Amino acid sequence: MRLISRRSKEKLIIAALVALTGAAVIPLLWIVASIVWNGVSVMSIEFLTSLPAPFGSTGGGIGNAIVGTLIINLFASGLGIPLGILTGIYLSEYAYDSKMGSAVRTVVESLSGVPSIVIGLFAFTLIVLTFRHYTGIAATLALGIMMIPLVAKATEESMRVVSNDLREAGMALGIPKYNITTRIVLSMAKGGVISGALLAFARISGETAPLLFTALFSFYWPTGINQPIATLQVLIYNYAISGFADWVAKAWGASLLLVLVVIAINVAVRTLGRKKYGGA
Amino acid sequence: MNKKSIFFKDSAFKYLVGGASMVVVGFFAMIFVMLAIRSYPSIVNDPLMVFGSTWDVNSGIFGGLPAIMGTLASSAIAVAFAIPISLGMSVFFTEYAPRRVRAALSVVIDIMATIPSVIFGIWGLWIIAPLVKNYVQEPIIGSIGFIPLFSGPAYGLSLFLASLVLTFMIVPIISSLTISLLSSTPAELREAMISLGATRWEVVRHVALPFSKLGIFAAIILALGRALGETMAVTMVIGNSFMWPFSSVSLFSPASTITSKIASELYEAVDMLHVSSLIELGLILLVITLTVNFSARLIITRISRRGATQ
Repeated sequence: MRLISRRSKEKLIIAALVALTGAAVIPLLWIVASIVWNGVSVMSIEFLTSLPAPFGSTGGGIGNAIVGTLIINLFASGLGIPLGILTGIYLSEYAYDSKMGSAVRTVVESLSGVPSIVIGLFAFTLIVLTFRHYTGIAATLALGIMMIPLVAKATEESMRVVSNDLREAGMALGIPKYNITTRIVLSMAKGGVISGALLAFARISGETAPLLFTALFSFYWPTGINQPIATLQVLIYNYAISGFADWVAKAWGASLLLVLVVIAINVAVRTLGRKKYGGA
Repeated sequence: MNKKSIFFKDSAFKYLVGGASMVVVGFFAMIFVMLAIRSYPSIVNDPLMVFGSTWDVNSGIFGGLPAIMGTLASSAIAVAFAIPISLGMSVFFTEYAPRRVRAALSVVIDIMATIPSVIFGIWGLWIIAPLVKNYVQEPIIGSIGFIPLFSGPAYGLSLFLASLVLTFMIVPIISSLTISLLSSTPAELREAMISLGATRWEVVRHVALPFSKLGIFAAIILALGRALGETMAVTMVIGNSFMWPFSSVSLFSPASTITSKIASELYEAVDMLHVSSLIELGLILLVITLTVNFSARLIITRISRRGATQ
């Protein structure tokens, strides 16, 4: 005799699965709710555009950190996106099933598994320790390297799905390979490459660990990429652990802005991508 | 256009993409080389010091064992928490959830994977830490605090809190991989079970889960790799005490990890030996995470080969 029937066991299991799903979903809703709740109250034009107030006095904003994150992301994209696209082209069109290609592919995959703080340490040892100066350049290098595997993987995958008929048609017409690659295959794969680059940009916008000991922080407007530069991410960390109520409130405001930007990029990429490739 | 210039452009492009790939490989190799060079002073000073149990900046003693053990412990606990949650959500998603719920859940999983680590950190520090202190740590310490693993006092910021926050960060990794594995269970196997009168759970238990066992294992290993290297959230909630587990083995004590130590000390380290010891810890972390990720990749490659031959 069974203690409980198979059907009531099924009901118990559904209840357990719903509870476990709740354990995953509730924290996310909670995070989003607490960021919106705590962040909205400090949002204002002044908050978004002005320099931080001197320590101890209230007011001021996070303008320099917003500009700093943008500058560092743009320079990092200038390094990471071209290298990522070229590596992706190499993997897809020139070395797809060669030994060299699979070696490069293994390296790219391993690079995406290297903790961000270790990539930050690399930039620190290479640039900060060598020149004995905290600089935005080191942060740019670290974030740029972090973008490479993301962009390369997106490029390779979206170029691989382009039908071989097109490549063969191009060859039959006597078109040189670099033209087939750039004008035909890459232009077909454009959407996927752009999505990959945007997602990589969103990803590095939230990266904090590699910036702590490279770009450091600053209470002034950025004066050059070779200087310490304030970023939104480091501002959230510094202000959140300061314990000073006004700074903690500003950290929530900065978190709201960061999360909005990161989620907006992701949602945009996914909806645009679906329209283009989903067919419906 | 004459033939020569086409040939030239064609090979120039080939060298351009090949060269870019070599630059990427070069960066990867340089990470090891630079970290090894910069940790040389600490290795020469005392090769075994990094495995010592005392970290005292003022006396120049840099033993990294508490940080290494904190890294391993927080990640292992987080994985142990995350396995039932992720598997439960994945089974619910693939077998039971109506279409609309499924669409909502996939948005939730995507967003969870997107939220930056520092955001998990500020949430853990200001929202979760006080609740964990009052409603988890204090009751447990009050009732079974005589067991060293659960002894007090309740600080809030602790190894337990770090593991908890890490759990939420790795759930989307395990879930998204498990969902795609479970939904690729061959339909014939499912239908055969259903035609024998099996309930949905029996189909999951006897067909879907055994079929994707190996892949789920790989997903768990990948998540472990991610947890080991996670920095910001852990640094903000673990309390950064350099004594655990040598002063108290309690899960509720503040502890440290390799990443929290680097994040909280490197920018103000002036002593060369201090800097070099932190970099050596980073090198150890790199070796651990690469080994873990590489084993997960090996399993995944084996699964995709199996899929190709069947």
